[in-house]
Amino acid sequence: MSTSGILVIIETKAGVATPHGYEILGLARRLGDEQGHEVTAIVLGTGLGGAGKDLPSRGADRVVRIDHPALGDYQADAWLPDIAEAARKMAPVLILACHSTVGLDLAPRLAFRLESAAATACIEVVAKDGKLLFTRNCFGGKAREVSSFRTATAVATILPKSQESLPPDPERFGEIVDRDSVLEASAIRTRIVERVRNGNTSAALETANVIVAGGGGMKGPDGFRKARELASALDGAVGASRLACDLGWCAPELQIGTSGRTVAPELYFAIGISGAVHHMAGCANSKAIVAINSDADAPIYSLSRFGIVGDCHDLMPALTAAVEAAKT
Amino acid sequence: MHILVCIKGIIDPDIPIALFDVDEEAKTPAPLFGVRTLMSPFDKQAIEGALRIRDALGEVKITVLCIGPDSNRTIVKEGLALGADEAYLLTDPLFEIADSFTTARTLAAAITRIGDVDLVLTGRQAADWDSGVVGSGIAELLDVPAITLAASIEIDDHTVRVRRALVDGAETVEAPLPALVTVAHEMGTARKASLRETMRAARKPVTVWSASDIGLSADEIGDHGRRAVTERLYIPPCDVKCEFITGETPAVAASALIARLQEEKLL
Repeated sequence: MSTSGILVIIETKAGVATPHGYEILGLARRLGDEQGHEVTAIVLGTGLGGAGKDLPSRGADRVVRIDHPALGDYQADAWLPDIAEAARKMAPVLILACHSTVGLDLAPRLAFRLESAAATACIEVVAKDGKLLFTRNCFGGKAREVSSFRTATAVATILPKSQESLPPDPERFGEIVDRDSVLEASAIRTRIVERVRNGNTSAALETANVIVAGGGGMKGPDGFRKARELASALDGAVGASRLACDLGWCAPELQIGTSGRTVAPELYFAIGISGAVHHMAGCANSKAIVAINSDADAPIYSLSRFGIVGDCHDLMPALTAAVEAAKT
Repeated sequence: MHILVCIKGIIDPDIPIALFDVDEEAKTPAPLFGVRTLMSPFDKQAIEGALRIRDALGEVKITVLCIGPDSNRTIVKEGLALGADEAYLLTDPLFEIADSFTTARTLAAAITRIGDVDLVLTGRQAADWDSGVVGSGIAELLDVPAITLAASIEIDDHTVRVRRALVDGAETVEAPLPALVTVAHEMGTARKASLRETMRAARKPVTVWSASDIGLSADEIGDHGRRAVTERLYIPPCDVKCEFITGETPAVAASALIARLQEEKLL
């Protein structure tokens, strides 16, 4: 069976696609236009209502919607049968998912189920000489890999903010297909015992636009209190270096680096962080790094777009005030 | 209760950027003299997860499984010193060309051969290629449920219960055994090997298997088996130049910085 088309897995929140979902749809549209592929978006959930109906205006030629009581809270076992079925029906050249807590759980399983493989956390996908090429960071950001697939269908997860979404175009129309789920209850082996929504967690670091990260220069939990105030003014998240976590100044799950989270926000404030390899592996892919350190020779400055040399305990409250002042 | 932990020996992830280089011809990291091979940090936390289950349950057998050259004996020995009961090292020239699929296929074949495994643990990703595909892939190949990115793991009457971080909260998910769980850094600090366990580790068994020992042929793994190919591996250019912002007082410097960030549309 020859393959054609691009399948895009869209996650929704409160009936609306995530911004990250629109980004990967934008990527699919660009590749589709270049290569002559139709773009199909798939949306799964419970009580979908109008969810996904705006996707044609953002680049989809077709939207497959599957509404089923078991598809509301994501679980790989629940989502896989319907997505795998859609993929088998369509035989796409490429399946795109967000590199989110859902996508990074789902994509490898889906890929193996379709006898393919997955390229994860991609920052670029291009078509060249009849091949799709996937670019991703590896070795803690020290190296970059470009890979291709030998299988008919490629599966990839895409890092947030690496792609541009298309602005809504009310003149673009597409087909909306409501399809019955093929899910059998026995396929779901996992069970969600409890799910608590209690505001931002360490996992939110991976989708945050702005991160305020603290290191040894924080000198203690009080430094992190100031960092949280700055992050809150910036509508961002708080991260930390391994040293600050090991010293117990903040929650250990906030760690960014080789043994913590890998993040790529628009703006990364590295405060009292020297710039050790361990830490930079987790944040080097940020669009812009702002370094604040008392040591003018700290290696962090060589990787930063902006820098202030000074005492971060004075600078953090000053920055918080400046951000608040800029809002008014 | 038998827990198997997959571990990987990787090039020290914390070596300075200036020392790290790639062999663009071979599409691998360039060999570095004097740089140690270490156990991938998330795998160490997976062993910690297994040890905590043993702390809670008592009778738990822990096996570590590693693919790598003979020099990776140091990695499996470290697993034994941390408290594993036995170790398997999969060594074969056929394993040297691999992708995440052939790696998962190799580990799944070894796990099947070892047999009687209730729970497989892996790190969330290896801290060299950073893919995060092999763990879930093993579950798919073995047709067992998988729960990824565990912050804590409990076992209770043939059910594994995992706490994992979500973007806006946390969830607890359970699955019947046998199952596979990948471990995230939220597991917390891993214990260090005690002197006593390190001494005991020297006497614990290490089984070395080749591809044919686990029933795999050159068609299924190595260059023939892989589904993805590295076309290029390179060092990304670093062309950042730091613009230093100064000011008489912290307030002046802070306002100047925020103004610059707004000008650059970063805020």
